[in-house]
Amino acid sequence: MNSLSQAAFEAAQLVGGGDPKLLQIVVLSLRVSLTAVLIASVIGLPFGAAIAVSRFPGRRSLIVVLNALMGLPPVVVGLVVYLLLSRAGPLGSAGLLFTPSAMIIAQTILIVPIVAALSRQVVEDAWQEYREQLRSLGESRFGAAATLLWDVRFSLVTIILAGFGRAAAEVGAVIIVGGNIDGVTRVMTTAIALETSKGDLPLALGLGIILLTIVLALNAAAYIVKEKTQQRYG
Amino acid sequence: MRSPSSLLPLELDRVVFAVGERRIIDRVSLLLEPGPRTVIVGSNGAGKSVLLRLCHGLLVPTSGTIRWASLEPAHGPRRQAMVFQRPVLLRRTAVANVAYALAVGGVPRALRMPRALDALRRVGLEHLAHRHARVLSGGEQQRLALARAWALSPEVLFLDEPTASLDPGATQEIEKAISAMHASGTKIVLVTHNLGQARRLGDEILFMSRGRLAERAAADRFFKQPASREAEQFLEGELP
Repeated sequence: MNSLSQAAFEAAQLVGGGDPKLLQIVVLSLRVSLTAVLIASVIGLPFGAAIAVSRFPGRRSLIVVLNALMGLPPVVVGLVVYLLLSRAGPLGSAGLLFTPSAMIIAQTILIVPIVAALSRQVVEDAWQEYREQLRSLGESRFGAAATLLWDVRFSLVTIILAGFGRAAAEVGAVIIVGGNIDGVTRVMTTAIALETSKGDLPLALGLGIILLTIVLALNAAAYIVKEKTQQRYG
Repeated sequence: MRSPSSLLPLELDRVVFAVGERRIIDRVSLLLEPGPRTVIVGSNGAGKSVLLRLCHGLLVPTSGTIRWASLEPAHGPRRQAMVFQRPVLLRRTAVANVAYALAVGGVPRALRMPRALDALRRVGLEHLAHRHARVLSGGEQQRLALARAWALSPEVLFLDEPTASLDPGATQEIEKAISAMHASGTKIVLVTHNLGQARRLGDEILFMSRGRLAERAAADRFFKQPASREAEQFLEGELP
């Protein structure tokens, strides 16, 4: 109990004092996870919308696989990306292993299925409602996919946040492909894991508090945006 | 506006639409000519809405043929439009909804806004042009759907019970707009189960019963002395 309150006190000092080391870790975490979520959205949203409005053989299997991939274990993704990027691997010559780029790649792979599967569901629900009207106007399938994505944009915010939450919270993939190198690839989750095992509980706890605060603030902002816009747009 | 080769007449030849064993539309043959307002009446489940969707191309007949006098152009707006019972509007402003339909129809960007605003004016919605479509009242939404169809200057407009969920005031506004659109040269094909509306808007009546076209007659004759037994029963069943 005493060690916990002691740690919490020191953590608050670290956070309040704007410790440069702490700041560096936080900034890298945000950079990696936000970039990954951006790339995953650019890939996943159109992909999910295209599946929603298409009919082709194997579509059901693809949806089942996509839904299953939402639960990809981060360590497995980390391992696969590690094998691809390691010196002997097919992409080894790029020299990306143990860099932030490798972490972005791993996290992107982790969250593309989340963004694609959830947006597929949302767009397909909208498609049921709009299909006859859009076909009546002569809209093509892929035109419809783009129109629907824009029309459900407020729901997409929640989906993108889910992707960000997953990326920011995982430790298994980034620790394998990033290596948790101090000042280079150390992010909040890997730092928490390391500092805890070393016994530096204040730093671990401080990082934990920041991570929770960021996720909470983003979700609160998204909730408010969604609420306001829904009142406005109906 | 109208190109020389007309879509009409529309010819249906022994059209069948079946779901499993059940024939929802059963060997319907008819010719829809330009001009008179055609109103399709019949009880629930008679196949009115399905017939309309078949004509508009939203459903494909199980057998039989549906043929327009000329093909629709590959580019440019479709020359037929449809207004549904429940208007389907995008989460944009009213005028943006109309402009969207014009964009899909390939109307150049610079022409969309003026045409969209003009269409809104014709249904009396210009003051709500920049409101969000989904927060309008039911009647306003349906008028917006009508404006969206009108902006495309279709040769044929299909309407599927457009006032079924509206109050009398809103219904009157819609009927006014439909009449104005007909006056501007659009062929009207309207499905309704409201006989008052059929009387007000119909030049000719198609009476459907159990998937078949049971009777076709000029409106005044149909209401005075229906030729078929089924139509007679249908009219007798009307509530005051």
